Amino acid sequence: MSSREKILSAIRSLTLEPKALPDIPNFSNSGDLVERFTLSISGNKGEVLSKSEFEEWFSSSGFSKVISLSAQFSELATLPLPEDPHALETLEVAILDGQFGVAENGAIWLEDTQLGLRALPFATEHLVIVLDRNRLEDTMHQGYDKIAVAHSGFGLFLAGPSKTADIEQSLVIGAQGAKSLRVVLI
Amino acid sequence: MTHPENAAEFLKDAQKSKWHDETLWFVRDKRDKVSKGIPEWEQLRELASGIKDNVLANLADYLEEFERNATKNGIIVHWAADSEEHNRLVLEILQQQNCTAVVKSKSILTEECHLNPYLEKHGVEVVDTDLGERIVQFLNQPPSHIVLPAIHLKKGEISELFHEKLHTEKGNEDPAYLTQAARVHLREKFFAAKVAITGVNFGIAETGEFVVCTNEGNADMGVHLADVHIACMGIEKILPRRKDLGVFLRLLARSATGQPITNYNSHFRSPSPGKEIHLILVDNGRTAQLAREKFRNSLKCIRCGACMNTCPIYRRSGGFSYNSTVPGPIGSILSPGLDLKKHSSLPFASTLCGSCTDVCPVKINIHEQLYEWRQEVTKTQGEFAKGLSMKLANGIFKSPLAYKISGSLMRNALKSLPNSLIYHPLNVWGKNRNLPDAPKESFQQWYRKNRS
Repeated sequence: MSSREKILSAIRSLTLEPKALPDIPNFSNSGDLVERFTLSISGNKGEVLSKSEFEEWFSSSGFSKVISLSAQFSELATLPLPEDPHALETLEVAILDGQFGVAENGAIWLEDTQLGLRALPFATEHLVIVLDRNRLEDTMHQGYDKIAVAHSGFGLFLAGPSKTADIEQSLVIGAQGAKSLRVVLI
Repeated sequence: MTHPENAAEFLKDAQKSKWHDETLWFVRDKRDKVSKGIPEWEQLRELASGIKDNVLANLADYLEEFERNATKNGIIVHWAADSEEHNRLVLEILQQQNCTAVVKSKSILTEECHLNPYLEKHGVEVVDTDLGERIVQFLNQPPSHIVLPAIHLKKGEISELFHEKLHTEKGNEDPAYLTQAARVHLREKFFAAKVAITGVNFGIAETGEFVVCTNEGNADMGVHLADVHIACMGIEKILPRRKDLGVFLRLLARSATGQPITNYNSHFRSPSPGKEIHLILVDNGRTAQLAREKFRNSLKCIRCGACMNTCPIYRRSGGFSYNSTVPGPIGSILSPGLDLKKHSSLPFASTLCGSCTDVCPVKINIHEQLYEWRQEVTKTQGEFAKGLSMKLANGIFKSPLAYKISGSLMRNALKSLPNSLIYHPLNVWGKNRNLPDAPKESFQQWYRKNRS
């Protein structure tokens, strides 16, 4: 008997009392979505910027290795999207469009179509996500309603920069992945 | 070594153990604050528990549905009955790829299966990429906490270790500096690896996708750069529907570290073009636990670590004192199911205060199961010392004369015997507990004097 059969038949040999799958109510919170989203992102050690704030930061930083897949900021790109993700090793900035954000925790949903390469938001030194301020959801429940069962090979709820507190619980931003997250609300 | 012996060892460094206690309590406190911001928090726990009840009642069907959908998506699904088979499957995939160096993100399951030593024995270099895990791996230690693997170490120790392993400045204990050094070291490994191994937080039957949550982004750095992704998943990690993730992702990070969500929550559904995803479904004692009605719902655990952070025993004895892959209260009800003899002291490593049960996001009745395991332990092993004293007591209580004589003997003995005889190693209850002063007279003597 294969291990598959062994495991499944071991489970099926048990008399297990039936338990109904509960329905999930449509929980919602009060308060302004933009305000709550902004607060959540800063709690996760990211930053929410307006278009002009972002442009000011970007032009004063002098980055030379930039990939932009955002329609709004395509002119900022200095590099095309490579075929091999290993070419991202020295990338300074990636600018991507987010599908929607979740106010309760700052999580932003991205799929293969927004990412280009799945490694992009992780390997880049700085990450910028452009998000429509009318596309904010209340909680994760509304977030998953919105995604429903839409098919993408990879999907990501991204809520902040790479961070760790593994050394004496001291929070350090920029562990292995992106050292910063800027969300441009337009 | 038993839990009390290991705990005594941990407590020798009083300053460090106090820091450990206070730091974990701080994490527990963060969990309280963030959970109080969610009015429906208790309802979410109820829902999570109910969803997991449904999963455990229909596990075989869900596993088949998950496998069917994952296969449709292009994921290669394997099944492993035990840790040996799991390790062998991983090695076979690595050998097919001619891979001798692999990056791995946090996976309690691979710790449970002792995958690292197995792969190393077969000539594969394994690099744990979670910062805390890399630190303990450098020290040849297992993680001491499932969410905070290096919580037993102080920055001075890590600074010394990194000076030796990563050639950081001697004496520089700045966490940001040390983390940056690890970043450079680990990114070099990520960009060189052909195969990456991850654990799995949730597998969704409805869609055949699985979800991995990290704050460092290390799981994603590994798998998106590698050609092959091996995901190792316990069979109990199933959720029926994609929307169930809404409930579980709201609970997981808040319970674990008091953050509203982990910064990276990756949903793997099918491999990138030209790449492979292998998923190994592992039993390793889980179906046996499912068969134990009293202990069944320990399989609801989502490995958040909240029960450890709140436990007065864990905080004051450290993760290593449990000598178990999953330490703390949840480990003390999971591990006896794997090896009752080895882990027989764990169900006693608790005050039964119930704080673990109160914070558990999936409402496992941890403290009640600890009590139940105590019954199992005494049933199978008995207690030699206690058995002997009970027989002795039985003889004494049967004869009024023996009772009178022994009572007076004991009152005098407690006064005059040296402490070494009372607080001897056989009497574990004498440890850190002082007996009350013995009364001068027996109740009978007192009654005759005062009431007759």
